[in-house]
Amino acid sequence: MLLIPCPWCGPRDEVEFSYGGAADVAYPPDPDALSDAEWGEYVFVRDNPRGPFAERWVHTAGCRRWFRAVRDTATHEFLEAP
Amino acid sequence: MRLPAGGRIDRNAPLTFSVDGVTHTGYRGDTLASAMLAHGVLAGPSIHFGRPRGIVAAGVEEPNALVQVGPEPMLPATTVELTDGLDARTLAGRGRLVAPNDGYYDKTHAHCDVLVVGGGRAGLAAAVEAGRSGARVVLADEQPELGGSLLSAPDTWEWLDTVVAELASFPETRVLTRATVFGYYDHNYLSIAQRRPGGGRLWHVRAGRVVLATGAHERPLVFAGNDRPGVMLAGAVRTYLNRYAVRPGQRAVVCTTNDSAYATALDLLESGAEVLVADVRPEPPALAGVVASAGGSVRSGTVVAGTDGTPRVASVLLRGPDGRTETVHCDLVAVSGGWNPVVHLHSQAGGTLRYDESLAAFVPDASRQACVSVGSANGELDPVHALWTVPAEDGAWDTHFVDPQRDATVADVLRATGAGMRSAEHVKRYTTIGTAHDQGKTGGVATLGVLAEALGAGTPGPTTFRPPYTPVPFALLAGRDRGALHDPARVTPIHSWHVARGAQFENVGQWRRPWYYPLPGETMTEAVLRECRAAREGVGVQDASTLGKIELVGPDAGEFLNRMYTNAFAKLPVGTARYGMMCTADGMVFDDGVVLRLARDRYLATTTTGNAAAVLDHFEEWLQTEWPDLRVYCTSVTEQWATIAVVGPLSGRVVGALGAELPPSFMSFVDTTVRGVPARIARISFSGELAYEVNVAGWHGLAVWEAVMAAGEEFGITPYGTETMHVLRAEKGYPIVGQDTDGTVTPLDLGMDWIVSKRKSFVGRRSLRRPDTARPDRKQLVGLLPVDPDALLPEGAQLVAPGTPLDPPVPMIGHVTSSYRSAALGRTFALALLRSGRDRLGQVVHAPLSDRTIEATVTEPVFYDPEGTRRDG
Repeated sequence: MLLIPCPWCGPRDEVEFSYGGAADVAYPPDPDALSDAEWGEYVFVRDNPRGPFAERWVHTAGCRRWFRAVRDTATHEFLEAP
Repeated sequence: MRLPAGGRIDRNAPLTFSVDGVTHTGYRGDTLASAMLAHGVLAGPSIHFGRPRGIVAAGVEEPNALVQVGPEPMLPATTVELTDGLDARTLAGRGRLVAPNDGYYDKTHAHCDVLVVGGGRAGLAAAVEAGRSGARVVLADEQPELGGSLLSAPDTWEWLDTVVAELASFPETRVLTRATVFGYYDHNYLSIAQRRPGGGRLWHVRAGRVVLATGAHERPLVFAGNDRPGVMLAGAVRTYLNRYAVRPGQRAVVCTTNDSAYATALDLLESGAEVLVADVRPEPPALAGVVASAGGSVRSGTVVAGTDGTPRVASVLLRGPDGRTETVHCDLVAVSGGWNPVVHLHSQAGGTLRYDESLAAFVPDASRQACVSVGSANGELDPVHALWTVPAEDGAWDTHFVDPQRDATVADVLRATGAGMRSAEHVKRYTTIGTAHDQGKTGGVATLGVLAEALGAGTPGPTTFRPPYTPVPFALLAGRDRGALHDPARVTPIHSWHVARGAQFENVGQWRRPWYYPLPGETMTEAVLRECRAAREGVGVQDASTLGKIELVGPDAGEFLNRMYTNAFAKLPVGTARYGMMCTADGMVFDDGVVLRLARDRYLATTTTGNAAAVLDHFEEWLQTEWPDLRVYCTSVTEQWATIAVVGPLSGRVVGALGAELPPSFMSFVDTTVRGVPARIARISFSGELAYEVNVAGWHGLAVWEAVMAAGEEFGITPYGTETMHVLRAEKGYPIVGQDTDGTVTPLDLGMDWIVSKRKSFVGRRSLRRPDTARPDRKQLVGLLPVDPDALLPEGAQLVAPGTPLDPPVPMIGHVTSSYRSAALGRTFALALLRSGRDRLGQVVHAPLSDRTIEATVTEPVFYDPEGTRRDG
């Protein structure tokens, strides 16, 4: 059970959160301008590193705010304050 | 036998108990094991070979003495506190779970600065130190009283009393006894199983720092016949002597690799037993002289090479440094192969282990979390002379037990290495060693030693520990989350009426929804046909309050909805409603529902019942993470509104009779009053019939429902449930998201091209022209009419082309998603997802079932009133 640092509510149990996958993958400003391969990359392909990983969380059972956090996927340590 | 004096038992509190139906007596303070030993009672026979077995240990590491007590199977007798009337049955390795376990189990959560695991010497010292600092401390120990191994050392009891009293004086220190810390998870989150009278309590603790003072487990020696009753761990013998005043034997051979067993030898001598120490080390330690002066004898460089006796040990074969053997009569063999620090929790927490040559054991190395191991758990132990196996005189290995619970011997390990196994993980699976109830607490390291020896590898390889440290009852993990409390039930404000009317209910998510309302003697089929007929020919009414409702407020609400839905909402006139569909970014249908425009800056979106929370989350995600510039607030109002759908050609007369203003046209709504109650009435139809949705504040729901029923009485108003709703919508070909779709279906697959805007961008739009999404042979929604109009296709039935051989693998071309009997059509019908479905209109497909094949003709998915003439009454 991770202890996740919500920027609004402070550290809370993992059960209060939902996971949003990799952070910093912006919705393309003009999807129609992308090739099929580029669009497929945006929709389906994400990094899955062992080690530091910028990811999105939402405090579903709390303030309901989305935030970004960097977690070490091998140790679960949260590396920087969001 | 029970010694006449001593121990921590209460001789003024005699207790009666029985084992396998035979009654004995013991004392308060006994464990079942100590009371059994006092009477010479053996454990159950071994699991595969039926070999006689005795009690070996005095704690959770006991490998033999499993008992069944009431509903609880496989309890080590060494961990069962003796109570008056206790009725235990010995087990041959396997127990039986007796359900239900009606004990009282609950859960609690706690936070602390310091969690100390283990109340022995090191743990008590740590807890007192932390407590003196004023820190919030939790000390958890698995025993009924604090002290750990000190409880076996009477000369420490005075110190123990002082420390326990000081702990009790700290206001911020909580002491949990009978509490086993069984799991160490991420970020210092630990689980504790606490035994309580008639049940237990599961503690979830988040700790600032953790002190692991979990002690050490002694390990046996691996010689021929080492499983014979009477062969015990030396430390356990000392515990039985000093803590329980039970002497397990009169003539003892103590066989050891280290100094710790000399304390046992001395205590045995003091109790009046005869003692011979066989010390495997070539040179006698200083303690040898002490033993000799107390009347015992010590042989150096000597091992036990075999045992004899039936069923209990009657003699051992000693082998001296010159290889000569000698038979020595005895009724107790106390062995010490060394000590394994209890590193389970350190390892569970992600810490690494290091093999310590001087201890011949694994000790904690680096910690990954804020925890520290202290005392024996950290390897503060006497050095040992590593001895993994003692060869028998005849060279056989098939009674050298390494895992008595699995009846596994050195011969089994050699069979595994002979078959090519090298990894301890493979050997474990091949031999089942370490997979039993005790998870190899005594035998695990010995097995690794045997393996290293067999492979000529020098030192044993490391191992990994996973929760739970000791078995935990399912009933404890479930706690109060059982039966009606397992999952919250959501009911509408009108629920009591449905119950009184005899509705059958179905679960939709957490909602309890009326399924159908059978009249006395009516089957479900008859009830649903009757309800359908009423809605099509007269008037029906359904409680639709469970539909998800989200209010979207703000100047950019229209623009936001335009981006979320496949069709447009920004220009929807105030006072009107529109059906909308939503996709995820991959272009697959996510949800659908009707959106009302309440005001210029205010919309009300309805969602499917089961998806309401997911849709709100979806909205919030896009708003917060992609378009924070849009000024929109989303609020769930599902439970604020009760929704009553009045459906059928006579619905207008019923709603009119309530004195309400009626919306002027299909897909419009008015804010009005019903019997003085503010109401929003919309012309929305999920059945194809003229229909009015009456929305009122939740607390008026029941009263307005009753008013509708009263007004409809003269028209024969008929309440209907979700089954009828499903039939009515399927007759119209309206798909249900999650039933006729499954996350792989696009709006185009549903034949709903008309709802996909070509002029605006929306989430998922780009995906609809990906090559795979645009394939012509995708599965498409079609109707099916069974050739036999009475044959009902099972939902989920697979479809094949006629003439397809039914030898697996059978090439399938689709499946049935919805299937019903229709009152309006007078026959059965179905919806299906069918590959290239629209190209197959008019063709026949087959649904092969286990006992027959149903043939069906592919049709358009709209079966009833395709022109849509009935929605205006």
